[in-house]
Amino acid sequence: MLAFIVRRLIQSIIVMLAVAFIAFSLFQFTGDPINNMVGPEASAETRQLLRERLGLDKPFPIQFLHFVGNVVQGEFGVSYRLGMKVEDILVQRLPATLELVAVAALLALAVGVPLGVYTGLHRYGAVSRLMLTLSLVGISLPTFLIGILLILVFAVWLGWLPSFGRGKVVSIGWWTTNFTSWDGFRSIILPAITLSLFQMTLIMRLVRAEMLEVLRTDYIKFARARGLTNRAVNFGHALKNTLVPVITITGLQIGALIAFAIITETVFQWPGMGLLFLQAIQFVDIPVMSSYLVLVAFLFVIINLVVDLLYYAVDPRLRIDRAAVGAH
Amino acid sequence: MRANRPLLEVDRLRVEFPTRRGTLVAVDEISFHIDPGEVLGVVGESGAGKSLTGSAIIGLLEPPGRIAGGRILFDGSRIDDLPYEQMRRIRGKQIGAVFQDPLTSLNPLYSVGRQLIETITTHLDLSEGQARKRAIELLAEVGIPAPERRIDQYPHQFSGGMRQRVVIALALCANPRLIIADEPTTALDVSIQAQIIALLKKLCREHGTAVMLVTHDMGVIAETADRVAVMYAGRIAEIGPARQVIKQPLHPYTVGLMGSIPMVGTDADRLVQIEGAMPRLTEIPPGCAFNPRCPKVFERCRHDRPDLIRVGPASTACWLYDGQAGHD
Repeated sequence: MLAFIVRRLIQSIIVMLAVAFIAFSLFQFTGDPINNMVGPEASAETRQLLRERLGLDKPFPIQFLHFVGNVVQGEFGVSYRLGMKVEDILVQRLPATLELVAVAALLALAVGVPLGVYTGLHRYGAVSRLMLTLSLVGISLPTFLIGILLILVFAVWLGWLPSFGRGKVVSIGWWTTNFTSWDGFRSIILPAITLSLFQMTLIMRLVRAEMLEVLRTDYIKFARARGLTNRAVNFGHALKNTLVPVITITGLQIGALIAFAIITETVFQWPGMGLLFLQAIQFVDIPVMSSYLVLVAFLFVIINLVVDLLYYAVDPRLRIDRAAVGAH
Repeated sequence: MRANRPLLEVDRLRVEFPTRRGTLVAVDEISFHIDPGEVLGVVGESGAGKSLTGSAIIGLLEPPGRIAGGRILFDGSRIDDLPYEQMRRIRGKQIGAVFQDPLTSLNPLYSVGRQLIETITTHLDLSEGQARKRAIELLAEVGIPAPERRIDQYPHQFSGGMRQRVVIALALCANPRLIIADEPTTALDVSIQAQIIALLKKLCREHGTAVMLVTHDMGVIAETADRVAVMYAGRIAEIGPARQVIKQPLHPYTVGLMGSIPMVGTDADRLVQIEGAMPRLTEIPPGCAFNPRCPKVFERCRHDRPDLIRVGPASTACWLYDGQAGHD
């Protein structure tokens, strides 16, 4: 098990190197950062000097190696736009995004799984049909539109919830949190709903489809024939068998949540990494962009690792049980 | 009049499937009974309604299939119209079930011990520890070696024959008075089939459990059953003591069925084949359903539907025997 985790982490380094390489090669086409850093009236010598100081005059492979070399030493570079160390900026922005993603993911699971089970069990019920129709809305409306609609209804018309920002946050060490103040808690509601709506409907439809599949199996019929309670059959036997695909998709979707957070964070002016990344693109802030992408790649690898470990926890057929080999 | 009340009495049971193109009658007013401790074999081709009859008795017809008429009495009281929860208490506790495919009858995600213990604690007032002890005893009883160790293993760690033994242990674990065994050996290797049938027979004799043994294997019937019901197109063609039905079949369909069994020591060059195929539910002819294939068909068979007529110790639904009816 430990060897498996270590192997995965080593693979993750390769993944991150590949992501950094691709990102770097793309950045050659995002424009010249020098233009944004100096005014339009700067002389050609100033520009050349700055370019040399940043190492931008060097060919792309050298730039890339330089970046990797620094990263290995824990140096992510200095943001062109903010003039701060990239790692400091990321650490400052990370909690906002992770809290938003965590709330959205929990919301999607907490609503999506029960609704999926319900609509799977009551296949022809009126409520199920209504939920399925509504879920089409969630699955087909773009995130930014949902965000704007929610702002319109709950912030503008009803005035119940704030429409932008994190509100009041409390620092716990380097981490800043929304959950210790009422204002912060109110602020996270709309962006979290916006971000989770797509995932919620996706999980609901997935759980429903899996439930319909599992409820047809012989072992469910046999569980009923053994006289087990409905609760034990539906939740103990059926739901658990739907979990492997649900874990897979949820894991992938948490990655997608981090990526989609860019849009949600922009709509709600949420001071997370997504917003930072978007601003970095506008400014051709190469160190921020590459570090962000490497960090996201790392998070994806971690999520995939967790997903694989959860498979082992759920499905005994995947456990390599040395004691049982030859016991057939 | 019989002195003892039958354990199970099926009285003019009718199972229908409403479809868009009209209602299909899958089981057409069949009546039979099973005495305590008796083994009733039910034979017939695929689609004759054998398994549906079994499902109807344990109250697990899959929608849209439904009981459209008749009564099912267990130990003198009706069970076909019980609410789900009351029927659930009877399933497993009074009427156990063994299904065709042991590979799919067990939930792959739970150890066999967990599945046994949950069934035991659902029906019997035992603690977890006592239930575990009983589960180990049951596994030993169905012939699983080293049950203390095997109890914590998962279904995929058992072979097909071993899994069917586990399924039998599950069906027996609350000491039911009737077991509905739906083709319990069809999915198994021939060499294992005899073992499983012998085991089922032995356990049921020891526990005094009655069995409704659904199969299309006449060999199994000859070896195991006290009485046989032969089903054809949703009706009982013939029912009687096993020896009688096998040695002196009455209904031309049964005659054909017996003729199609290879026998060692007889000098038949070719096995007898019944011409044609059983009609689909949508195309059941008027009169006797067997009339298009019957070698002894006459005019009356084409428009009058025969009911069971008593001939000696057996009964058959065939006009050939009309007028020979014995008086009870």
